[in-house]
Amino acid sequence: MSLSRREFLKSSAAASAAAAIGMSVPAELEAAANTAEGGWRWDKAACRFCGTGCGIMMATKNGKIVAVKGDPAAPVNRGLNCIKGYFNAKIMYGADRLTKPLLRVDANGNFDKKGKFSEVSWERAFDEMELNIKKALKVSGPEGVGVFASGQYTIMEGYAAQKVMKAGFRSNAIDPNARHCMASAVVGFYQTFGVDEPSGCYDDIELTDTVVSWGSNMAEMHPILWSRVTDRKLSDPERVKVISIQTYTHRTSDLADTEIIFSPNTDTALWNYVAREIVMRDDAEKIIDWNFVKKHMIFAAGPVNIGYGMRRNTDKSIKEGKYTDLEMETISKEMKTTVSAKEGPALEPFGYKEGDTMTHKGGTLGHWEISFEEYKKSLEPYTLDYTAKIVKGDPDESIESFKKKLQELANLYIEKDRKVVSFWTMGMNQHTRGTWTNTLAYNVHFMLNKQARPGSGAFSLTGQPSACGTAREVGTFTHRLPADMMVKNPKHRAIAEKKWMIPAGTLNGVGKQHIMKIHRDIEDGLIKFAWVNVCNPYQDSASATHWIKAAREMDNFIVTSDGYPGISAKVSDLILPTAMIYEKWGAYGNAERRTQHWRQQVLPVGDSMSDTWQWMELSKRFKISEVWGAYAPSGPRKKALPDVLEKAYAMGYNKDTTLFEVLFANKVATTYKLDQKDPIQTGYDNSEGYGDSRNVVGSDGKVFNGYGFFIQKYLWEEYAAFTRGHGHDLAPFNMYHKVRGLKWPVVDGKETAWRFNAKYDPYAAKATNNGETGEFAFYGTLAKALQSGTLGGKDKSSKKVSLKNKAKIFARPYMDPPEMPDAKYDTWLCTGRVLEHWHSGTMTMRVPELFRAVPEALCYMHPEDAKKKGLKQGGLAWVESRRGKVKARVETRGRNRPARGLVFVPWFDEKVFINKVCLDATCPMSKQTDFKKCAVKIYKA
Amino acid sequence: MNTLWNNYRYLILRRLSQVGILVLYFGANAWGWNILLGNLSSSNLLGIVPLSDPYAALQMFAAGAVIAGDLLIGAIIVAFFYFLVGGRAFCSWVCPINMVTDFAGWLRSKLEVGKMQAKQPASRNIRYWVLALSLILSTMLGVAAFEFISPISMVHRGIVFGLGFGWAAVLIIFLFDLFVLKHGWCGHICPLGGFYSLVGKYSLLRVWHDKDNCTECMKCKAVCPERQVLHMVAVNSETVLSGECTNCGRCIEVCDDDALGFSLRGYAEKNLAKNKKMGENQ
Amino acid sequence: MISDRRKFILNTARAVGITAIGGFVWSAYVEEAIASPLTLRPPGALVEDDFLKACIKCGLCVEACPYDTLLLSKPGDNKPLGTPYFVPRDIPCYMCPDIPCVPVCPTGALDESSVTTDGELDINIAEMGVAVVDAHSCIAFWGIQCDACYRACPLLGEAIKIEYSQNKRTGKHAYRIPVIDADACTGCGLCEKACVTEKAAVAILPTQVALGKVGDYYIKGWDKEDEKRLENAHEIKSTTDISKRSAMDSLNDSEDLY
Repeated sequence: MSLSRREFLKSSAAASAAAAIGMSVPAELEAAANTAEGGWRWDKAACRFCGTGCGIMMATKNGKIVAVKGDPAAPVNRGLNCIKGYFNAKIMYGADRLTKPLLRVDANGNFDKKGKFSEVSWERAFDEMELNIKKALKVSGPEGVGVFASGQYTIMEGYAAQKVMKAGFRSNAIDPNARHCMASAVVGFYQTFGVDEPSGCYDDIELTDTVVSWGSNMAEMHPILWSRVTDRKLSDPERVKVISIQTYTHRTSDLADTEIIFSPNTDTALWNYVAREIVMRDDAEKIIDWNFVKKHMIFAAGPVNIGYGMRRNTDKSIKEGKYTDLEMETISKEMKTTVSAKEGPALEPFGYKEGDTMTHKGGTLGHWEISFEEYKKSLEPYTLDYTAKIVKGDPDESIESFKKKLQELANLYIEKDRKVVSFWTMGMNQHTRGTWTNTLAYNVHFMLNKQARPGSGAFSLTGQPSACGTAREVGTFTHRLPADMMVKNPKHRAIAEKKWMIPAGTLNGVGKQHIMKIHRDIEDGLIKFAWVNVCNPYQDSASATHWIKAAREMDNFIVTSDGYPGISAKVSDLILPTAMIYEKWGAYGNAERRTQHWRQQVLPVGDSMSDTWQWMELSKRFKISEVWGAYAPSGPRKKALPDVLEKAYAMGYNKDTTLFEVLFANKVATTYKLDQKDPIQTGYDNSEGYGDSRNVVGSDGKVFNGYGFFIQKYLWEEYAAFTRGHGHDLAPFNMYHKVRGLKWPVVDGKETAWRFNAKYDPYAAKATNNGETGEFAFYGTLAKALQSGTLGGKDKSSKKVSLKNKAKIFARPYMDPPEMPDAKYDTWLCTGRVLEHWHSGTMTMRVPELFRAVPEALCYMHPEDAKKKGLKQGGLAWVESRRGKVKARVETRGRNRPARGLVFVPWFDEKVFINKVCLDATCPMSKQTDFKKCAVKIYKA
Repeated sequence: MNTLWNNYRYLILRRLSQVGILVLYFGANAWGWNILLGNLSSSNLLGIVPLSDPYAALQMFAAGAVIAGDLLIGAIIVAFFYFLVGGRAFCSWVCPINMVTDFAGWLRSKLEVGKMQAKQPASRNIRYWVLALSLILSTMLGVAAFEFISPISMVHRGIVFGLGFGWAAVLIIFLFDLFVLKHGWCGHICPLGGFYSLVGKYSLLRVWHDKDNCTECMKCKAVCPERQVLHMVAVNSETVLSGECTNCGRCIEVCDDDALGFSLRGYAEKNLAKNKKMGENQ
Repeated sequence: MISDRRKFILNTARAVGITAIGGFVWSAYVEEAIASPLTLRPPGALVEDDFLKACIKCGLCVEACPYDTLLLSKPGDNKPLGTPYFVPRDIPCYMCPDIPCVPVCPTGALDESSVTTDGELDINIAEMGVAVVDAHSCIAFWGIQCDACYRACPLLGEAIKIEYSQNKRTGKHAYRIPVIDADACTGCGLCEKACVTEKAAVAILPTQVALGKVGDYYIKGWDKEDEKRLENAHEIKSTTDISKRSAMDSLNDSEDLY
C-alpha cells in the first residue's frame, strides 16, 4: 500500500485550476434527443445500477437498444461510466429472459405448489393472484398480503404499488429491499434532522479537503464518485487527505493517505473517540462551535437494551421449534445478554457494567433530551487506550501505530478551516447499531459546524439507483407514506386519503411489517400471499434457508415479477415476465436527491409487461366492496380496521367500483392525455398508454390496447403534489425531460445543493428570515418535541419541549453485535459486493463480459488463516455458520485483503449462496439486516 | 467356444492390454486416477515409477537437450523391459495404432486388395532409414523430430488429451495400409518399430517353431504382419530370432498343429529336443 | 542382366534419394510447426528453443493442472504439436502457490529451479509471459472506471498498478489507468481473462516476444539494484560499416579524399 501511495504522489500533477462546478459542456456534446440519424436514435436515461445516478444516452435501432454512451451533459458523470454502466445496453437481452407468465401446475394444468412451471396466460396468472389474495385477506386480513418492494422500482411504479397496497388492500406489508441497504441511514436522518436524506450533494467532493470513507468501498461500489474523489486528491495532493476506515483492506485504501482497519462493529467506538477528543480538548483548544451548537443543537439519549432485531421467543416459529439449538444460541441474545468486558466500559455511563445481565426489549425509536454534561459523560470511556484496544482490527498491527492513526483522524476532523466529508454506505448501515452509528457521524460534524456546508458534511451514500427516489421519497416502506409522511400519524393518513380520493379511515395505521418481518410472517403463517417486485428477496435476505423453506413448504402463494429466472423466481409459485428499465417510462432518484426521468426506449421482450401495468391489472380484479369492509385485529395490528364502504358510497363510488377505477383510471388521471404532438411524447412508445405492436393478450383474455391516458405522468404529478411545500418539492413531469435531473427541493424551478443552509436552501432561508435569525434551520418535523432525562432514562414527569429547526446530537455507546467469533466459529464473515456485479447478479451475470471477468464469488481471507486451516489458494472451502454453509474458493490474494480473523464473501453469486450463512440480526431501530457480521468456521471442502 | 478362445486368445489379451492402457491414461486425465499418468511419451506409474519412451529420449539427446534424471531412468526401465519381453511387443501389445493397422490389414485381405497388387513395392528396411533420418533431423533442428509427426503419439495423446485433426493421421495410415502397402506403416515405415526391432534383437521371450508338428498349412504366414521372420516355417525347427517379430502370438493361436509356441530364448531348442525324444519313446 | 553390385548401388541411391526428399519435407514441416512464437508455456518453462528440445510431450503437467488451464497442442492448434500451452482468454493460469505442473515434469522442460526462491516454490517469480495493454482499446484510457484487469491481478499493485491522472475534459473525474510492471508480471493472464472489451485490450505475450533488452554497457546511476547487470557486462568490441576495415587500410585508402 505504501508503495502505491508513493507511485500515486509521483504521478499526480500539480493542482489543477479546472473549475469543477458549473463547468459548461460544449454545445455539440449536448445530447439532442429525438434526432434520428442513420437509423438510430439517442435519448437520455439513467444508469440501471447504483445510487450514484450517472446519466447515460441509449441508442435504439429497429426497436432494440444497441448501444449506450455516458451522457456528457450529466453533471454526475459527464459522459463517463463504470464497467457496469458500460454494459447497460446488454442487460435486457440475456438468453434466458422470461417472456411468458409461468405457473406451477400438476398434470391436469391445475395449480400445484409441488408442480413444475408451465406457461400460462396473463389472464390465468391474474386469476390465480386474485384467488390467493382474496384467500389471504380472508384468513389473515390485510396483514396477510405482503409485497417485497424495491429501491429499483421506478418512482412511479413504486408509487402505484404502494397505492394499491395501502389504499386498496389496506395492507402496510410492503417494504423494499432498500430496507437492507438504507434503513439505518433513514432512521439516522429522521432522528437527527427530523427529515430524511442528505444535506449535501456530490459537489462536496470538489470542495472538500478531506474525504473519510467509513465502511464503504467506494472505489468498487461508487466508482464514478471515487474517480471524483481521486481527481480532488490529484488537484492538491498535499492538502487533500483521504482516510479509509474499513474492516478489511480493499481498493478504496489504494488512494488513502491512511487506512484504519477496525474490528467489526467498533466504528461506534471510533466515532465516539473522535467526539471525545472534540469535547475533552474543547476547553483548551476552543474546538466546538458553541454559537452554532447552542443555536441549532440539542443533546439526546435513548435506551440501550433494545436487542438486535432478531426473532423473539414469543414468535410463533420459535415456539414451534423451527430454529435449531445452534441457531438459538445466537437468537437467545435477543432477549438477554451478559455485558462483556469489551462493551462494559462503554455501557457504564448508561448504568451497566461488565458481567451485568442486560434484559432486552424490542427496538424503540424513543429518545429524550439530555444535558451536554450527560453527553460528555457518555464519551468519557473512549480514551485513546480503550478505543485503540477494542477498535484495532488487524492483529498484526502495532497498537502504537494504530493509536497514531486514531489521533491523526481526530485531528483532521478538528483542524480549523479544514473541510471534511464523511462518506459511508453498508458498513455503517448494515449494523446491529446502524442507526446509532449514523447519528454518531452527525455528532462530530455538528459540534465542529462542519455539516450542511459546501465541502463539509456527513454524507450517506446509497446503494440502489432509486433507494432515495422510490423507496424513501415515495415511501414504499411499511411505515411510510409519500414525502416523509408516516402511516402512524393520523394527520398524514388523512392527507393521503384525501389525495388518493379514498374514504377517511381507509388507511391502516399500523406499519410494522418491514422486509424481514414479511419473511418472518410468512414463516409464522400470517402472510399467505407475497409478491416480489424488482428485487430478489430469496437471495438477498440473511438466514435464507428459513424463508425459502417457508415459501416452498407452507400454505401460501408467492409471486415473482422479474426479467430473469433468479432464486426468487425459482422459489415462487407464479412468475410474471416483467418489462425491464428501458422498456417503460420511468424515473430514479439518486443519493444526492437528484431525480432523473427517461422515456420508454423500446418495447418489452416477449409478453413482458411493466410492474405498473401488473399492479393496475390486478387492481381491476378487486371491487371496493371486497376490500374496504371491516377487518378484525391481525398480526401487529391490535385494533380492528373499520368498514369504510358507507363513506365510499357517499363519495360516489358503488359496490362494484373497482380499485382500478378509484386509484388509477379516475377523473384526474384521465385528464393526462396521450398526445403525439407533445414534444415529450412524440415518437416514443407508451405500452401502457397505447398498447403496442406485440398485441399482448392481457389480463381479460383480450389484446391489451392501452389505458388511453398517460398513466406515468399522472402517477408522477399526483405523487409530486405530496412533496410540494414540504421541503421536498419535485418539479413537473415535463421539466425533468428537458434537464439532466434536478436535486430537490426544486423551488421556483431551481434545485437545492445544500439543505438546511439558509444560503442555499429556500426552506432554510424562509425559516431564518433569509438568514437573519441564523445560518441554518434544521426544519425536519419528526420527533421535534422531546421530554428530558439522563443517560439512565427518561424523566417521565418532564414536559415536552419543542425543538423547532434544531437537530440532535445523540449519546450512543459501543455495543457488541449478537454473534461474535468464538472457539467453535472462530472467524468473522463479512459480505458485500464487487464492482463487476450488481446485487444478486440477475442482470450482470448475464452480461458475458462481466461474467467472464468475475464468474464466481470467492472467499477472501488472510494467507496465514488459510495456512492454519489447511486451505489452499484456489482450493474449495466450506464457510459454515450456525445457520448453514456454502462452498467457495479460497482467495488469499487480489482485490480484498482481510486481516487475520475475518473473511469476505460477496453475495452476487447464486451458486455461492452466502445468505444461507448470514444472520438475520438487524438494527432494532431501522430493521436493517447486518450482513457484515456473523461468526463462521472455515474448513477444507 | 473353446476353439474360439484358443484361436484368438492372444488377440483378445492384446486388445485388452492396448485398450486397458489407454483407459488408464485417459482416466488419469479425465477423472484424476493415480495409476498411470501421462502418455506413451513419458508417464508415471503409481506416482512412483517413471517411464519414458527411449526412442524419444534418444531423439532428445540427438537434439542436444539436457537429459533429466527422471527421463533417463524412465527410458532405461522401458528399454530394459522391452529388451526382456521383445522390443516389438510394444507394437502389438501397447501401441494404439496397431489396432488401426490390424484392422486395415484384415479389411485388405477381406476385400482382396492384395490380389490386385501381388508384389510389395517397398522394402521393410525403410524404417531403419527413417530411424536414422529422425536422429539426423533431430540434431539439425534441435528438436525431437519424429515426435512432431508421430501418428502414434498424436493418436495416443489425442485420445487422452483431445484429438484435434489427429484423426486425419489415423485415416491416412488406415488408407495407406488398406490400399497402398500391406502392413505399410507398422511393417515398413514406423521408426519406432524399427527402434524396438533393434532393442528386441536379443530379447528373451521368443516364438519357436516345431517343423515336426507342422502341416504346412501356412496359416501362420498369412496372419503374420512381419512374415519374413517366419522364414523357418515348414523348413526348420528353430526359434524366431528376428527383432522384427512383434511377439503378437497370432501365429501361435492360428496354428492347429502345435507347431508354434512362446518360450524363453534358448529353452525352446532344448524343449523341442526333449519333446522329440519323449515322442520317440512313446 | 543387372549385376548384384549394380543393383545394390542403385537401390542404395534410390533409398538415399527418397530419404533426402522425405527428410526435406519432414524438416520443413517441423520447422514450420515449431515456429510459433506466440505460444504461452506453463510456469517454469525453459526458453522456447530449449523447451522444445526438452519437452517430451507427455502431458503430465496438463494432468497436474487443477484448473484445466494447460492444453497439449493437437494437430490444428497451430502450435508445436503435443507441447503444453495455455490460452489465458479462455482459462488463465491461476498461479497455484504449490505449482503442481512443474515438479511432475520428467525432462526438466519445466524447470523447478526457475520458480523456486530460497528452496520453496514461488509462483510469483514465474515468467510465462508479460501483459501488454493496448491503450487504444483499453476503456480506462477513455476515462471509464474499469480496472477489471487490476482487480483480477493476483499481484495487484505490483504487476498491475493504477496510474491516476486528472480528466480535464470533465473537470472533475480522474483517469485510472492500468500500468504493467513487466518485472513483476508473471504472465498468468488473469487480466486478459477479465478484460471486458470485445477482444481483450490487455493480452499476454511471451516474454521474449514482448520485451526489449537494454545493453549491459550502461547502468542506471541512480539505481543501486541496476548494478546487478554488471555481472553480464563483458569486453566490448564493435564494428560498424565505417570501422570494419582496419585503421591501416582506411588510412592508406585516400583515393576519394579530394
